[in-house]
Amino acid sequence: MKFVIRRLITLIVTLLLVSVMAFVAFQIIPGDVVRGLLGTEATPEREAALRAELMLDEPPVTRYFHWMGGVLTGNLGTSYRYAKNMNEMMPVAELIGDKLPVTLTLALLSVILIILVSIPLGVLWARTTSGFFDGFLNVITQISMAVPSFFIGVMVTYVCGILVHLFVPGGYVSYREDPAGFVGYLIFPAISIAIPKIAMTARFLRNSMLTEFKADYVRTAYSKGATKLRVMYHHVLKNAMIPVITFLGMIVAEIVAGSIVIEQVFSLPGVGRLLISSISTRDFPVVEILIMYITGVVIIVYFVIDVLYRIADPRISEK
Amino acid sequence: MKKKLLSLILAVSMTALCGCAGGTSVQSGDKPEVGSDVPVDENAPVYGGNIVVGVQQDIDSLDPHKATAAGTKEILFNIFEGLVKPDEDGNLIGAVASGYTLSEDGYTYTFFLREGVKFHNGETVTAEDVKYSLERASGLLDGTPLISVLSIVTDVTVSDDGKEVTVTVSDPNPELIYNFTAAIIPAGSGEDSESEPIGTGPFKFVSYKPQESIVVEKNQDYWVEGVPYVDGATFKIIADPDTALLEMKGGNIDIYAYLTDSQATEISDYMNVEHAASNVVQALFLNNAVAPFDDVNVRRAVCYALGGDEVNEFVAGGNGTVVASAMLPALGDYYNDVTSIYGTSADPGKAKEVLAEAGYTDGISFRIDVPSNYEFHMQTAEVIAEQMKAAGIDATINPVEWNTWLSDIYTDRNYQATISGITSDLTPGYLMDRFESTSSKNFINYASGVFDAELAAKNARKTLEGRVAHYKKLQEIMADDAATAFIQIGPVTTAFSKNLHGYKFYPVYVQDLSTVYKS
Repeated sequence: MKFVIRRLITLIVTLLLVSVMAFVAFQIIPGDVVRGLLGTEATPEREAALRAELMLDEPPVTRYFHWMGGVLTGNLGTSYRYAKNMNEMMPVAELIGDKLPVTLTLALLSVILIILVSIPLGVLWARTTSGFFDGFLNVITQISMAVPSFFIGVMVTYVCGILVHLFVPGGYVSYREDPAGFVGYLIFPAISIAIPKIAMTARFLRNSMLTEFKADYVRTAYSKGATKLRVMYHHVLKNAMIPVITFLGMIVAEIVAGSIVIEQVFSLPGVGRLLISSISTRDFPVVEILIMYITGVVIIVYFVIDVLYRIADPRISEK
Repeated sequence: MKKKLLSLILAVSMTALCGCAGGTSVQSGDKPEVGSDVPVDENAPVYGGNIVVGVQQDIDSLDPHKATAAGTKEILFNIFEGLVKPDEDGNLIGAVASGYTLSEDGYTYTFFLREGVKFHNGETVTAEDVKYSLERASGLLDGTPLISVLSIVTDVTVSDDGKEVTVTVSDPNPELIYNFTAAIIPAGSGEDSESEPIGTGPFKFVSYKPQESIVVEKNQDYWVEGVPYVDGATFKIIADPDTALLEMKGGNIDIYAYLTDSQATEISDYMNVEHAASNVVQALFLNNAVAPFDDVNVRRAVCYALGGDEVNEFVAGGNGTVVASAMLPALGDYYNDVTSIYGTSADPGKAKEVLAEAGYTDGISFRIDVPSNYEFHMQTAEVIAEQMKAAGIDATINPVEWNTWLSDIYTDRNYQATISGITSDLTPGYLMDRFESTSSKNFINYASGVFDAELAAKNARKTLEGRVAHYKKLQEIMADDAATAFIQIGPVTTAFSKNLHGYKFYPVYVQDLSTVYKS
């Protein structure tokens, strides 16, 4: 319980710090939101009117507390950039809420793919430390780790989309219209995200298992008459998985927070793309909430890892 | 019974403008059947179906009076209409108004409302709606003009029979009529916070999802009979050009405009590609107030060193039009071809000579700030830097993010040189007035008493034809001062799916989907 409370406090303090930092960063970077919105043909009257409307004529500290006050009372503010209808701007909650299912589904699919493929692959690999299979996997995983994911995305699009016609590039359908088609389309970006991570996780698991094989308890297990399979799955894998869980957790946080590049390549309207465009248009209310969301996700994922860790290895909580 | 289409074509055609004086200017004539000016194909226009238009920018507003981005206006053109609207030749034709008169003194416009024009909500457009829309756009409602040129409107009145609307202006300006393209919207809808965008255009607004799409459907009650052909259209926002290419290859896009030359080459196996003249004047803008461009000789040397022909060839595949003034050649009589002054081809020898005479024996150097989101300008910068090098001028390229460009370079004028484009409307004043020394848009800090005096003389003329000579002179003065190094009118290169027909190119930044159909 104490552990949970401590983590909760960390979460709140970090979020506050991050929100202040994002706010300050937005004051420092060049470029002005009003000029950006009105372009080259703006008149001074419209500039002044819009500045007042967005409260940009107030001192920064006032604006920050006004915004924070809103967030604390559940009002995440409205976008500077995106219209909801003719006269209203889009509420940030609605804007992000609309994009979140895309990014979360993509992250979930990727993680499922990573776990389903990398763990059997890593175990299999650990059993064959020499020969063709080992050399082959070595080369393949090296390459997949070295190639940036956007390039893998482009290759997946080209091969699966243009050559083999497994999907239509850009044929994204919204989850609101066709959930099955939506997931069907997301599989390809998920593959692009998963490939390098599968390579990393499989390598990591294999190395971790090989290290464990050398441990004393393995010799003990063998001398007690355990079969190779039993040693492998009952003893080694269990211990080898502990660092892998941490590693997977880091990957999950990375995917949830940063499917930015892949969203661009597959033109997916997720939060990553929203973040990029909101930074370039200086859409402060949107950026601020997105940064806090990403920070929150990372902290929470790490918290979950810690809990899983304790379950997997009771020694940790005793320390 | 087939209803005959009668429409008054307003006699403010750019090409025919010298034929009409400033006084009463209404001509009556038959508007051609819309179907007939669709390029003749074996098959007649086909009704039905939906099309997908790929667009690069998200829209900045759903309010037609507040929208500023050209990329937004080109979409809203299909939803909203003004009293008048441009056709594909740059002429103004009647839309919500069937015609208008302008008083001899130029102070009073009287618009005759077209009968039976309906809003997308089914209600008939009334003179009150027109009054409301004009008052809103011109700032008479709340003091903030949403369309700055209309701020000279002082009064809008409705006739007793409700069929005419009279607009009074404080300062007669024969070019003002082009701004009555301002959208007519239902009275009160601009203040109603729940209001969806409602206009009178060929398509009705259906939905907008930020970063995804704007969806429109056919307006069954459109006042022009027979159009639109398609049942609906989706403007799909694809910010990344490489993704757009992939989608086009995947057969997912019917229309995609503003391709670069290399993209056009890449996509030509999959789609039909056509080029048309844009309304964007591209230039290497020189800051006349800072060194080295505070010296007219340096500016002239740069103009000699820069070769528009080569830039056109390299970045626009030769489809651009090289110019030496801010005016669009499409504006016909107003355009003055002053390209002979510095030549259209790079002349490094002459540039060196001018620099040497002015005492710059060690050559000069400057920085070109280029908005990095514009591939076209970035490529142009590369070519120009090479041309400068040949003339012994050291030009370094500095990519700048668009928002930073707007505040640091455009507004604060903190730069030496920059490459950008001015997107013009159909009025010559739009392109020239901005270079008056006191103009807030004069971001090149051009300060010429001769130019300002000529501009004042132009503004004193109350007829379009009276202004022609002044506009020509203004371009000459600017070119002689080498106020800035104009480059070209870039092409609009558009890809069409192979079964798409009837697309019309406009001399302004719009995409008219009403005449488009799929076979």
